[in-house]
Amino acid sequence: MKSLLVILLSAMLTDNFVLSKFMGICPFLGVSKKLDSAVGMGAAVTFVMVCATLCTYPIYTLVLVPMGLEYLKTIAFILIIALFVQLVEMILKKKVPALYNSLGVFLPLITTNCAVLGVTILNTDSGYNIGQSVVNSVGAGLGFSLALVIFSGVRSRVNAANVPEMFKGVPATLIAASVVSVSFMGFSGLFG
Amino acid sequence: MAKKGNLYELTKGIIKENPTLVTLLGMCPTLAVTVSASNGIGMGLATTFVLICSNAVISLLKNIIPKAVRLPCFIVVIASFVTLIEFLMKGYLPDLYDRLGLFLSLITVNCIILGRAEAFASKNKVLPSILDAIGMGLGFTLSLFTMGSIREIIGTGQWFGMDLHLPVTMGMFIMPAGGFFTLGVLIAVVNKIANKKPPQQVGCANCPNAKNCPSYKNEDNAKEAAAE
Repeated sequence: MKSLLVILLSAMLTDNFVLSKFMGICPFLGVSKKLDSAVGMGAAVTFVMVCATLCTYPIYTLVLVPMGLEYLKTIAFILIIALFVQLVEMILKKKVPALYNSLGVFLPLITTNCAVLGVTILNTDSGYNIGQSVVNSVGAGLGFSLALVIFSGVRSRVNAANVPEMFKGVPATLIAASVVSVSFMGFSGLFG
Repeated sequence: MAKKGNLYELTKGIIKENPTLVTLLGMCPTLAVTVSASNGIGMGLATTFVLICSNAVISLLKNIIPKAVRLPCFIVVIASFVTLIEFLMKGYLPDLYDRLGLFLSLITVNCIILGRAEAFASKNKVLPSILDAIGMGLGFTLSLFTMGSIREIIGTGQWFGMDLHLPVTMGMFIMPAGGFFTLGVLIAVVNKIANKKPPQQVGCANCPNAKNCPSYKNEDNAKEAAAE
């Protein structure tokens, strides 16, 4: 059994969700234009990942496994995530308007973010218990935020640079992402 | 949108509105599974299957689904077909099933499928919806196959497992960094050939959440979307 710290750090650095597992590429490329929206998106994704793990884990172990319905987990998990995101949006809007104004705009985008569904399925596939699952989700969320924040910095330089006409826009951004991904390869092998 | 022929609906997805290279949808599987040409084809065909079935069903149900809850309904339809293809692939192609792994389940949240359901199938009849799905699916498969071939040939010196006896190979191409690099260069080359300006924005205009997205709202092309 891996220790919790190893799970946390490997989800954040060596197996970074964006740069080595390719989940959540759409928000990574779409929302990383400005630093403050990158931080907001990262915080919202981390929050939803942890809560989605807390909701899906009991349903998987207490309902789906005893009834032999493991194959329904894709449908069950995506429904739980969609419901949960809707619920959080309504609660925040009513009770904590300040938080809603900073995070709320990102919430509807998260339902279709494959990193959230990915982390819940990954948790059940790797046979983590509830503590390990939550730690893994926190690590994945922090790793996502880290990649987003680093990349928003890189991107402001790329946008100012004079690249060849055919590479302007998305192609130059992707190549910058490739360089950032190379730098994260330096972490590989850190935890064996 | 002006009424166009069935042939147009079938062929537009292959090159003119290619989901990966022109409208930039479904980037996650494009980058993640294309370490070999056969993976690319497998993922492309699995997505095509789900796309055809979900477009057909959603187009049939478009008058029954209430507008306010349409996104959850679409997701349930899509997730059902994803479960179906997971079973089929596990039974008949266990090898490919292991290699695609998690990304097979993640077809559920592939924005190509949700995007086509929202933008096309929920507004059109069954036949054009199916043709649209076939075209988009083939376009997706084609770009995944191209990406997979480039990465497999340069990265390992093989193609579909055949050794090509290349003098030099670059292992970086089958690493994550090579995926970003190959896709960036491919988009640039396609735009050069098509003599167009490269896209400035990831496929947000086609995303069902575009109207909520803060990064999209600030863009100039929000006006274009509003005008449509």
